[in-house]
Amino acid sequence: MNIVVLVKQVPDSGSERGLAGDNTVERQSANNVINEMDEYAIEEALRIQAAEGGEVTILTMGPERAAESIRKALSMGPDKAVHVIDDALHGSCALSTSKVLAAALGTLNPDLVIAGAESTDGRVQVMPHMIAERLGIAALTGARKLTVDGGTLTIERQTEEGYEVVTAATPAVVSVWDTINEPRYPSFKGIMAAKKKPVQTLALADLGIEAGEVGFAGASSEVVEHAKRPPRQGGQKVADDGNGGAALVEFLSSEKFV
Amino acid sequence: MLNEEHEALRESVREFARDVVAPVIAKHYDDHTFPYDIVAAMGKMGLFGLPFAEEYGGMGGDYFALCLALEEIARVDSSVAITLEAAVSLGAMPIYRFGTEEQKRRWLPPLLSGEALAGFGLTEPGFGSDAGGTATRAVLDGDEWVINGAKAFITNSGTDITSFVTVTAVTGTRPDGGKELSTIIVPSGTPGFTVAPGYSKVGWCASDTHELSFEDVRVPAENLLGERGRGFAQFLRILDEGRIAIAALAVGLSQGCVDESLRYAQERHAFGQPIAGFQAIQFKIADMEKRAHLSRLAYHDAAAEMLAGRDFKRRAAIAKLYATESAVDNAREATQIHGGYGFMNEFPVARFWRDSKILEIGEGTSEIQRLVIARDLGIA
Repeated sequence: MNIVVLVKQVPDSGSERGLAGDNTVERQSANNVINEMDEYAIEEALRIQAAEGGEVTILTMGPERAAESIRKALSMGPDKAVHVIDDALHGSCALSTSKVLAAALGTLNPDLVIAGAESTDGRVQVMPHMIAERLGIAALTGARKLTVDGGTLTIERQTEEGYEVVTAATPAVVSVWDTINEPRYPSFKGIMAAKKKPVQTLALADLGIEAGEVGFAGASSEVVEHAKRPPRQGGQKVADDGNGGAALVEFLSSEKFV
Repeated sequence: MLNEEHEALRESVREFARDVVAPVIAKHYDDHTFPYDIVAAMGKMGLFGLPFAEEYGGMGGDYFALCLALEEIARVDSSVAITLEAAVSLGAMPIYRFGTEEQKRRWLPPLLSGEALAGFGLTEPGFGSDAGGTATRAVLDGDEWVINGAKAFITNSGTDITSFVTVTAVTGTRPDGGKELSTIIVPSGTPGFTVAPGYSKVGWCASDTHELSFEDVRVPAENLLGERGRGFAQFLRILDEGRIAIAALAVGLSQGCVDESLRYAQERHAFGQPIAGFQAIQFKIADMEKRAHLSRLAYHDAAAEMLAGRDFKRRAAIAKLYATESAVDNAREATQIHGGYGFMNEFPVARFWRDSKILEIGEGTSEIQRLVIARDLGIA
């Protein structure tokens, strides 16, 4: 089975993050890592490969330094990577990003595309759907479990109340949550092997996309303003003058906790 | 300073220690239970195979890679770090270095994948630093060795997945009248080979340590490790390397003390400000960082000499001596910075403090390290 995993480099959600002057995510000063959910996507792809055979390819769109995350992704075990890199991509919205990724996927002809259900920077959660729509294939999103049976894919889609069972035929896009597996840690052998794995770089011209269709120029949405999250407000203190219990219940019910 | 792949390994192990070891180790430590789940996870990521060739199931890395991994794990916990150190450096390494091709093919693969552990039986109840005083004896009876004696403080010797212990024993008398020492592989479960219940230890409470006894234990003659009479040379080589690994482990503990103290000093307030604002605390932490850094340089240097194939005995002894004494200093200071909380077992620095002292004792005491250095300088 030919599997492509979408991997995005994001600022580490555990450290200080912000937006740059042009209202795009600050990537220069931030400590950049593989989007956490994408590690689960990689792990799932490797497990399917171990059972079904075939090839696992990493697909990343991002600036030059995203190459670090591609190398790390490869050290987990995938066979090769494609890095879409072009200065004109800076400022791309979700819609134009999906156009670029779909075009790149078109060159790879996958049976299965696996993605993290969301990225920790944008948190838009629409990329898998948009890509599936552009490619005209099924989207099985929000999976907590994925089963492959020949050309049939079955997922358990995680919902707030429980889960739904959804099936589709390959080719398809599957997005996964962090409940689906436990990603492996790169071994030293994997780290050494990753150095020798092929990483193909593609520019917009290679994908037949004009610079004006993407980036700031082609953006369908734009961040016009941003502000820092206000500092946390102090909590509410209730002195217990014999009515502490009642005050507590009042607070809990006003916040709809009870 | 590190090359790209060593840096990537360090990062991978750091994440592992933070995500897999840190959340559960305090409970294992309190309960004195062996963390089989962590060992299995370390096996999966190839840590037990780090310095070994791929043909035996290893990762194709080097001894320095092992040291980096030990440092990152010890930064979070020393019981897990010593389990890995002993498994690789004392369990698998003697087979890898001195075993016959057949012994390597038979014993190494499960050790290198972390599915099995092995112990190194050198120290005895009556003999530690004076290893030449070995009293355990092995006599060749037909095609079997018959072993009698006892060993003490043997790490990884009594777990559910321990497959064997290599035992040094007197096998005869050398032409010069001295003891002939040889090393013999004794599989777990061999009749007469008894593993005593685990010790009650001050520290390293989640690691596996036992006293072993051998009463007419019979193993096939082919279980002799390498050549007969080479026991002395074998364990000296193993201990020389092991010193660099213990130094790396000590650096991890030292750095862990800095990590915890930095965090605590910025959270804890006294006299109207975080205690990190007081010079008394700043200087303590600065000295701790200094010791951790210099200890690291010392073991990096010793490992580089070893991997270059040069004589590394003195540098390894210096690294072990300096790094372990620094670890004890750092653990004491970290506890002091934490005040009363530092004396509570629920704080990591309490574990660091309890785990630090053994570093000055195990795999060659500080006194033996000084002796090695003095001998190398030609004055002892």
